Amino acid sequence: MSEAMPRTAAGIWRHAVLRIGVLPLLLLLAVVVFGLLSPNFLTGQNLLNVARQSTFLAMVAMGQMLALLTGGFDLSVGKTLAVTSVVGAMVMAASKGLFPGAAVPIALGMLAGVAAGTLVGVVNGIGVALFDISPFMMTLGTASIGFGVALTLTSGVPVYGMPDAFGDIFGFGRLFGIPAPVYVTALLYLGLYVVLSWTPMGRYFYAIGGNLKASMLSGINTRLYLFMAYVLCGFLAAVAGIILTARLETGEANIGASMPLDSIAACVIGGVSLRGGVGRLGSVVLGAVFIGLIQNGMDLARIESYLQEVVIGVLLILAVIADRLRYRLLLKLKD
Amino acid sequence: MAASLHQDGPAAADAAGPAPLLAVAGLSKHFPGVVALDAVDFDLRPGEVHVVFGENGAGKSTLIQTLAGVHRPTAGTIRCRGRAVEIDSVHHARQLGISAVFQEFSLVPQLTVEENLFLGAEIVAWGLLDKRALRRRAQEILDRLGFPLLPQQRVQYLSRAEQQMVEIAKAFRAEPAVLILDEPTASLTEREAERLFALIEQEKRNGVGIVYISHRMDENRRIGDRVTVLRDGRRVATLAMDEADDERLLQLMTGRVITQIFPQIAFAPARRLLEIERLATADGAVAEVSLELGAGEIVGLAGLVGCGKSEVGRACFGATAAAAGRIRFDGEDVTGATPGAMLDRGLFYLPPDRREEGLVMVRSVRENVALPALSRPPLSRFGVIDRGAERRRVRDLADRLNLQPRAIERDVQYFSGGNQQKVMLAKGLTRDIKLFIFDEPTVGVDVGTRVAIYAFIRDLCQSGAGILLISSDLPEILHLTNRTYVMYRGRIQAHLAGAEITQDRVLAHFFERGAA
Repeated sequence: MSEAMPRTAAGIWRHAVLRIGVLPLLLLLAVVVFGLLSPNFLTGQNLLNVARQSTFLAMVAMGQMLALLTGGFDLSVGKTLAVTSVVGAMVMAASKGLFPGAAVPIALGMLAGVAAGTLVGVVNGIGVALFDISPFMMTLGTASIGFGVALTLTSGVPVYGMPDAFGDIFGFGRLFGIPAPVYVTALLYLGLYVVLSWTPMGRYFYAIGGNLKASMLSGINTRLYLFMAYVLCGFLAAVAGIILTARLETGEANIGASMPLDSIAACVIGGVSLRGGVGRLGSVVLGAVFIGLIQNGMDLARIESYLQEVVIGVLLILAVIADRLRYRLLLKLKD
Repeated sequence: MAASLHQDGPAAADAAGPAPLLAVAGLSKHFPGVVALDAVDFDLRPGEVHVVFGENGAGKSTLIQTLAGVHRPTAGTIRCRGRAVEIDSVHHARQLGISAVFQEFSLVPQLTVEENLFLGAEIVAWGLLDKRALRRRAQEILDRLGFPLLPQQRVQYLSRAEQQMVEIAKAFRAEPAVLILDEPTASLTEREAERLFALIEQEKRNGVGIVYISHRMDENRRIGDRVTVLRDGRRVATLAMDEADDERLLQLMTGRVITQIFPQIAFAPARRLLEIERLATADGAVAEVSLELGAGEIVGLAGLVGCGKSEVGRACFGATAAAAGRIRFDGEDVTGATPGAMLDRGLFYLPPDRREEGLVMVRSVRENVALPALSRPPLSRFGVIDRGAERRRVRDLADRLNLQPRAIERDVQYFSGGNQQKVMLAKGLTRDIKLFIFDEPTVGVDVGTRVAIYAFIRDLCQSGAGILLISSDLPEILHLTNRTYVMYRGRIQAHLAGAEITQDRVLAHFFERGAA
């Protein structure tokens, strides 16, 4: 079947879509369109901007991918960013006076923030893996809880008073001209690549999403790894939250609202199956870059931000339709 | 042989009979990697029972599912009362008067008996459900069939036999012209089955044509008028039932003498491996079961679908919770252990349903086979997978089991049923296993793979492993086991050894004690 060479143009097109997915084609199309719309789009400086702007979404999308791989999803990633940001900023500001220098408060604040965000993932994991609550309800619930906690802690007011060094290093720092958030994303990517491709745990994520019962009967502790998927998802969202806080130089309860939608969109555009068990890490990062590219291009083309929301929504739906069509094509090839 | 047999096909036999209700010509159905039906001819006359006979995987189910609108044929024509039709859905089939009762139930568990009976054909007055009429009609149908069910009962609380009755009643609802029954007696008691046979007689007199599938020879003989034998997706012969003796049918069905399918096995029962004492499971499927099993023997666990035999195997593997009793494996109490722990101790359970719980269809053969052994040496060290070792191990096993094609990076979903079954067997060979529990190991596989699987089981047994063979397939139990337990409604009904394991004796215990 798949070895046979397709002869017609439609056949070649079909095979290309099945093999590599629609993403590279979409990326190419976006670059061409925005390059024509705006002369500033294809400059080195702007592409570096795109990379930096995409990092937060890329980190969250990598976590979202784990939840999707196991056959679920995480709607609380946005509020995980908020909790992380608020807790991190408050601890940093509060401990600034207690220790000499900036290093200790920064470390404490980052640890506390990431721990708080990861805790959201832990709660999700307990609900989904131990109590068999549907990921939809569980993560919707923790999203509400997280938002409420973040708002209560700050009374809705941004948290100021972090050491300047925090933003200077993690938000605006550059090494060899490349922004710090890009390094963080690369590090997370490497770590997650090793987990997914070279450890039993990564393999189990795919297996559990592909067939939970078969995984259980293969002797896998399915509850443990389901739990781990949500914990790691929370951790990745938390890291994104703390780096975003450095970039904003304030702790904000209102960040990350579009993250659940955007991260799922990045995954699905990157070819992660909503039915679980299928997805590549590299494509997910490309999916996030694609969304970053679209947003940046629309900014340069002076498209209103309200209208941008419409475009992202349309793209997500188109990606899901493409996923469906791809699945149907695969079925047809099987027949 | 085949050429001469084709002559007594439908065209030759009784050409002057009444026009057929259904006439199928050259019907083919291809699935990925398998030809399930290959140019099959078949016809059904008013007022006859036409038995479709064949092994698991011969194409019986595909044939009737195509007739009932579940599958669309790849090639061939279906004529319904002389008119060419393209049956594109179950709904369409029903409109044509074709009703089917499948082995897998099409009931909505949360709805009541009457709601299920009229699902898709609700009685409506002024746009609202006429619940009184529904209740009355449902009661009428149940009374006519003599099924002791209440229309307002929820289906999920019914036993498997009762659900079977609802399924049958559903097929009788619309007064069909063609009735397809796939193993309808599989979970009925003798009395309920008698009632069904009486109904079939009655429907025959009304001119209804009935397609009947059953693995029980006496049943086929009793109600069948004609029989069509399928083998490997092809029609081998169509005969009048009284022309065909059992030996002929078996030979047509298998295409060979029966001893060729089943290997000779040298049993050497040794130390006791498994001991089950008064086991009851939390799901209620097993009420009280005690059995034991030694290394170097094949012990059968036979019984009807739903008698709890599968749950005994699952409980041993820790996949079903035990409510009472104890399970000892290799001298240690393992009641309540997890599947992971049981694999570590050397017990492997092979589930009956590949798609549902055996394999991760969207992943490769390599990943599937390695799954039970991935977290320990030699496949991984210090938490990192040795992908070279993994590939070598899986390639070796693919060679040993003759996986076709030998493409270990291909997704499991693109392999045929028989080869998927081989992938499942390979999973058991990645670990050091002392006791294999095979749960319906040959469901839906072709004869060739069957032979390979039986040889595989023989080799395991002769190299000293213990084997618990859970099967609804009677010949399998008769030919492969040296001892057999027969279960009925969650209890052991009989324990037979050696020459005691005969078709009559095993079948007799499939039903209530004393009955049959």
